[in-house]
Amino acid sequence: MRFRQPSALPGFGLALGSTLFYLGIIVLLPLAALVAEAAGLGLRGIWTLVAEPRVLAALRTSFGLALAAALVDSVFGLLIAWVLTRYHFPGRRLLDAAVDLPFALPTAVAGIALATLYAPNGWVGGIFADFGVKVAFTPAGIFIALVFVALPFTVRTVQPLIGEIDRSIEEVSATLGASRWQTIRRVIVPMLAPAILTGFALAFARAVSEYGSVIFIAGNLPYVSEIAPVLIVIKLEEYNYAGATAIAVVMLALAFCILFAINVVQAWSRRRFGHA
Amino acid sequence: MRNRDRQPKMPASVTTESASARAVLIALALAFLVLFLILPVVVVFGEALRKGVWAYLATFEDPDARAAIWLTLTVAAIAVPLNMLFGIAASWAIAKFEFRGKSLLVTLIDLPFSISPVVSGLIYVLLFGAHGYFGPWLQAHGVEIIFALPGIVLATIFVTFPFVARELIPLMEEQGNTDEEAALTLGASGLRAFMTVTLPNIRWGLLYGVLLCNARAMGEFGAVAVVSGHIRGFTDTMPLHVEILYNEYNFAAAFAMASVLTLLALVTLVAKTLLEIHYGEALARTPRV
Repeated sequence: MRFRQPSALPGFGLALGSTLFYLGIIVLLPLAALVAEAAGLGLRGIWTLVAEPRVLAALRTSFGLALAAALVDSVFGLLIAWVLTRYHFPGRRLLDAAVDLPFALPTAVAGIALATLYAPNGWVGGIFADFGVKVAFTPAGIFIALVFVALPFTVRTVQPLIGEIDRSIEEVSATLGASRWQTIRRVIVPMLAPAILTGFALAFARAVSEYGSVIFIAGNLPYVSEIAPVLIVIKLEEYNYAGATAIAVVMLALAFCILFAINVVQAWSRRRFGHA
Repeated sequence: MRNRDRQPKMPASVTTESASARAVLIALALAFLVLFLILPVVVVFGEALRKGVWAYLATFEDPDARAAIWLTLTVAAIAVPLNMLFGIAASWAIAKFEFRGKSLLVTLIDLPFSISPVVSGLIYVLLFGAHGYFGPWLQAHGVEIIFALPGIVLATIFVTFPFVARELIPLMEEQGNTDEEAALTLGASGLRAFMTVTLPNIRWGLLYGVLLCNARAMGEFGAVAVVSGHIRGFTDTMPLHVEILYNEYNFAAAFAMASVLTLLALVTLVAKTLLEIHYGEALARTPRV
């Protein structure tokens, strides 16, 4: 088997060569530095650096809140995608475009805006404060920021599939005597399940790695509201490259494991429901 | 989808929820979107203009603020064209040819999207930082990368790396090779075929990718924060300047600067939506997430 299938078009060597060169310098060389640094530490070295209580607490905060935010976004993402594709109401187009806001809005801007909004003297935080609940500068604040950044992933993965649902399937379900709720639960949601899972995985990956929007609203209190990326930055400011690398590698590994598990579930649900 | 909605409304009750359920669902979705997406944008402009228009405008007379705006424009002016050229080259190779290892290459191109912004900065510090692999050599030769413009540009290129390629690869795959092959048979050179056939075919997709790439390049925070060193007036981009002002409790100025970035985001969203509405068939059909 040869490396390339014959083609009448020119420019393959130039295009592929420049792509590989650019990719090598920008992506592969720096990532190789991370791998080399981690390999230099060894598994035991990484473990000793990560086993600090403060690091473990930060990892727990990051992963726990990212899972919670991805879960909430999956539910509301499905609801929003459903409402935007199935219903007609004034302002629908505008809301549809607004869903992409977290993609376009710089994270630092989102961070200070959410911190101001959910602070005890803010518009929304004030309402919570009346009930004695503090949102900003606590883990709840981190959760809010993560829900914000990850929302578009869940909406945008489910939305196209809702548009493709063949309405006659719903009609069949109805003529066979199912109530609307039964049709949704037993027919529609299973069809959307793989997309919901994909959206969940993407939202989780985004939430766990988020930095900019979180630091302003988190309060960054060690052991309480400190996320792992913040700790990486702190270690780097102390020129503790080894400590920063260890946290980064563990974060990448944990995130990879969770995404792999979700992929397995997804493959199963695809087989089960026979739908991509 | 839209066509199906226009069909006779007779069995509407069977394939949709009751009017009251619809109202509740719409209200829920609306409340969620307002609470999480709309209100933060309103807050940005409300806080920015709280002390009046003059105080707002005065923010941009500060030399450090101007330096930050200038630096952000400079970084985007370097990073976006480079990623555009790379995106075109990569999608030409990947979409127009069949070769071994193609799917691996596509995965590698997407890689920066799945890496935390902070880690994206970290890898350049490991490479070029004072204690990094090339740090001592760079110091001996007086080259500054980390805590200087080159580091900021590199980190920005890294985080915006996949945008153009991700839009162009599926688009060029959908379009196939026949147009270019026809041009070549008619005697056009490869370059001419590209300029007069391929480029017009992909122009809206290219614009779409560049638009998203630019928004991220100007707004990137985490990766740039790690490599910049926050030197006021020198390595401070607009998002970093927002952070500095905010941490100094200069909220009006922080939100004024943030409002410019918000306007950029809104313009990007409007342009993106217009492209999707008017040139939807000239964009890649795969969902862009």
